[in-house]
Amino acid sequence: MLRLPKFEVATPTSVGEAIALLAEAGPSALVVAGGTDLLPNLKHELATPELVVSLAAIRELVGIRVDADGALAIGAMTTLAEVAASELVRTRAPALAQAASLVAGPQLRTMGTLGGNVLLDTRCQWINQSYFWRSALGFCLKKDGTKCHVVEGGQKCVAAASNDTAPALMTLGATLELEGAAGRRSQPLDDFWIADGIYNKKLSHAELLTEVRVPPTAAGHRGAYGKLRERNSIDFPLLGVAVRLDVDASERVQAVDIVVTALAAQPKRLARVAELLIGIAAHGAEFERAVEAVASTAAKQCHPLPNIPGDHEWRKAMVPVWVRRTLRAAAGRGGPVHED
Amino acid sequence: MAARDRHGKDAPWGEFAIVGKPQRKVDGLAKATGAAIYADDIALPGMLHAKTLRSPHAHARIVSIDASKALALPGVHAVITGKDLPVKYGVIPWTPDENALAVDKVRFIGDPVAAVAAVDEDTANEALKRIQVEYELLHAYLDPRESLTRHDPAIHEGRKEGNVSKNVLLEFGAVDQALATSDVIVEDEYTFHGTTHAAIEPHCAVAQYSADCVLTVWSATQITHYVHRALARVLELPPHKIRVVQPCLGGAFGGKSDPFSLEFCVAKLAMKTGRPVKMLYTREEVFYCHRGRHPMQLRYRTGASQDGKLQGVDARVLIDGGSYSSFGLVTTYYAGQLLTGPYAFPTYRFDSTRVFTNKPPCGPKRGHGSVQPRFAFEVQLDQLAEKLALDPIEIRRRNFVGEHTTTVNGQRITSNGFLACLDQVERASDWKTRHGKLPFGRGLGVAGSMYISGTNYPVYPNQMPQAGIQLKVDRSGLVLAFTGGNDIGQGSNSVVQYIVAEELGLALDQVRVVAADTDLCPVDLGAYSSRVTFMVGNATIDACRKLRTELVEALAAHWKIDAKRVRLIHGEALDLEDSTHHLPIVEVFHLAEERFDTLGATGSYNTPELGGPYRGGTIGASPAYSFTAHVAEVTVDVETGRVRCEKVWIAHDCGRALNPMLVAGQMEGSAYMGVAEALMEEHTVNRFGLHRGPSLLDYRIPTSVDTPELAALIVESLDPEGPYGSKEAGEGPLHPSIPAISNAIFDAVGIRLKHLPFTPGKVLAALAELRAHSGEPTLAGEAR
Repeated sequence: MLRLPKFEVATPTSVGEAIALLAEAGPSALVVAGGTDLLPNLKHELATPELVVSLAAIRELVGIRVDADGALAIGAMTTLAEVAASELVRTRAPALAQAASLVAGPQLRTMGTLGGNVLLDTRCQWINQSYFWRSALGFCLKKDGTKCHVVEGGQKCVAAASNDTAPALMTLGATLELEGAAGRRSQPLDDFWIADGIYNKKLSHAELLTEVRVPPTAAGHRGAYGKLRERNSIDFPLLGVAVRLDVDASERVQAVDIVVTALAAQPKRLARVAELLIGIAAHGAEFERAVEAVASTAAKQCHPLPNIPGDHEWRKAMVPVWVRRTLRAAAGRGGPVHED
Repeated sequence: MAARDRHGKDAPWGEFAIVGKPQRKVDGLAKATGAAIYADDIALPGMLHAKTLRSPHAHARIVSIDASKALALPGVHAVITGKDLPVKYGVIPWTPDENALAVDKVRFIGDPVAAVAAVDEDTANEALKRIQVEYELLHAYLDPRESLTRHDPAIHEGRKEGNVSKNVLLEFGAVDQALATSDVIVEDEYTFHGTTHAAIEPHCAVAQYSADCVLTVWSATQITHYVHRALARVLELPPHKIRVVQPCLGGAFGGKSDPFSLEFCVAKLAMKTGRPVKMLYTREEVFYCHRGRHPMQLRYRTGASQDGKLQGVDARVLIDGGSYSSFGLVTTYYAGQLLTGPYAFPTYRFDSTRVFTNKPPCGPKRGHGSVQPRFAFEVQLDQLAEKLALDPIEIRRRNFVGEHTTTVNGQRITSNGFLACLDQVERASDWKTRHGKLPFGRGLGVAGSMYISGTNYPVYPNQMPQAGIQLKVDRSGLVLAFTGGNDIGQGSNSVVQYIVAEELGLALDQVRVVAADTDLCPVDLGAYSSRVTFMVGNATIDACRKLRTELVEALAAHWKIDAKRVRLIHGEALDLEDSTHHLPIVEVFHLAEERFDTLGATGSYNTPELGGPYRGGTIGASPAYSFTAHVAEVTVDVETGRVRCEKVWIAHDCGRALNPMLVAGQMEGSAYMGVAEALMEEHTVNRFGLHRGPSLLDYRIPTSVDTPELAALIVESLDPEGPYGSKEAGEGPLHPSIPAISNAIFDAVGIRLKHLPFTPGKVLAALAELRAHSGEPTLAGEAR
């Protein structure tokens, strides 16, 4: 078995205590929530922290509630299994519940948390490997090396955002509640990402994600998540498509948003979708024609790279298929879209 | 073959009390409760932990190794390199080309270079980083076609064949003439990718060297006897000073049938440090050990008459062996020799060539050497049926080789239940009303196969028995059976228990089995080639019958009756003609011990003379062959290219099913493995020669939700030489699932997939090509 490197573990019982520990320890300290991503990465020596701050004992970070303003507030340490099963989430944010239900496998979802999934490190076939493997390769841009093996001569890391819940939350207009030594801030998820696979988020080392807030959804809100993967469990997404489709009382599309992930370092919002869908009925021949048009514009906008394992040409071919299927699922109050 | 090797098909007491009924496995409860002791569970006082330094280069010369900084690290007890273990070994005695640690050069990324023993794993890992190795890089061969023609630099120096590991060219009958006069010819090329075993337990070994110089090695191996021999050779120790023990094993599938670097390293490190030493491989290291299924490029040309009768088969196979020989000599023969049933080949030629490449070494995986050609040929047979407008099951029936016959390459076939297998899958799948008639996107495919129940090729030539067993009878009423056979989860220890209880009329709990300990158990050659039930089973019957004669004689004398009236059953002794006579069997043991002194018996099995009268004719010659037919049902999503295997009907002729529950388990497990190889698994290296993803996350094997429904249909053609008529069930049932899926895809959407694995990308490409050919934007069948 691969061994974990040696590090100290702190288990603070409050957010304030955790932030103080992180601020004191400096940038080498890491945070562990469920550990389902961090621990394998540590075994691969992708990081060698001296201190790991566990959030497991901070009760205030767990729970799902609806605030007075109608927003859904989910504590960062709420497990993915709880998010997937929550009636509040399923009714108000179906795409999020669906995305959470498709992360990894059942055992991992009882450990993995929503916060951990949103902040999941980017992934690449050239980086998520043991130290020996990466040393045989001569390392890569993301860590310890200077070359990109995905894009020849590439100067920017294109490791893929692989967090299923992030695109769903983006379609829902979610905000991250962050807390650091300098105080609290609300960070719209849309503006959270940086196009850099080495570190793809605007989160400083001593900041904690405490809560994810989803503003109230419209009465006619519909949403779905589609995940492409080789197996029907365990695997990270080869492609993820989140759809928001709000309709009015006469079933006409009022608002639409589609975010695709597992392409490059950050989730990608599809452009020119609203103009194709808004105002038309969410069923029937006209809708089908619009779905086709959206699928073909998605194919033009999305360019899967050979960053994550598997056939990237096939992933590319699957962009319109998954966009189509997930749109239809959202319109028909269905989903999630996967192989089962 | 001696009289002791044949015991007939019948129950020892007229009817079976235990055999043929579902029974618990001897180790079932221990495994289920977590009490079973695996190699990694062993912890000895003062034990050190060892780790292996591996080559980061695919092909390189070692210029120098400096371990001084590692040795200086506190807690490090020893570092060894190739200089400490210079003697080469190999499981096949004719091709010893492996060193426990690289000597002079490395041949793949992951090749072991040095080993460290330290107080704990972390210290050993830290020490590895301090060993400095200077390499001089050599050209790396990643494409087997290059190894055919380029020999400089040689992967193994000093061989006149260069980078060719083995070539076998055999011709039986006038193939060219038969093909020239055939009514139809089908010719095509096929590719089988590499796959690995993915046993859940990684390789692990523990060694202890005692003050009186006895070396004990506990290892997760399926071939205790060969490990014993290899340790003696490499460590240059007298064999009687070595004891090898196989603890409970967490799966093997052929992946633990070579001697491995870690066994020699822990032994050498234990001898050097005077402390027990353990080495447990990481999952990544297991992928480098590999010995998995050889990638093969196969070309077949088959001729048949108008009525579908095969006339001739001409095969050419290029085998990618990876960096070492392993079982490669046998693989190269098996790639041709095992194809001559269940269909009669009037003429046959195969030209198989195995080459070395700078990749993890290939070896035997479940269905060794024969799963790849079987895939190619069963698809070709379907192409032939298509050409002749014959039903795919019908063409297979028409070419049935028969029972009690000899194949074109001289293999003796005894019992053969293949026609019954075809009947069963045809009926169960409702083939007649569904094949060719299902909606577009759903299809059925069939394939057949045969496999060996052990071979009479004993790896190292000798005239001694292939299997031996020893029984010890205790005054408590317990019989202990000592077998060299390796139970790797397939249930061979359970089979020994069932047979002893059946023969001696004992309750199951009166028999315990001690296995795979070279100090305690008679030699058995190990768990490979599906030989254990057949050979150890026969040896067990042999030993039991000697003992039974004594028990019956002692009891008959005591009751003063004819021996024929004695019946031993469920732990009781009865007189069939006088119900007042009955005794617990423990008292019969006492009577027999009074009469014959301390009780015990040995039993043996050896194969008859088999095989064709030509070089290599005994390789693949088996005392009995199992036969299998599958029907697979698939759905193909033409939009995504995804193939989903919905169900596999598996009919397998295993002779008598000694425990039908275990047989069904082997059939289901085999089919699962075949489906996985067809649709998901791929063991391969990237452009740098680095394994593409040496983890169970990236090396995809189906989870429970990806597994099709599996229907096991047991066919029992009682074999004249198997124990109670039984044959193998552990490997044969894998073969047909892969071609059956290809053939089902053809039925579903009209594309022939000939290059494994059947990925969605390949399906979409084939569909696009079909559309281009038919000149239509959509396929005709899509409207169906």
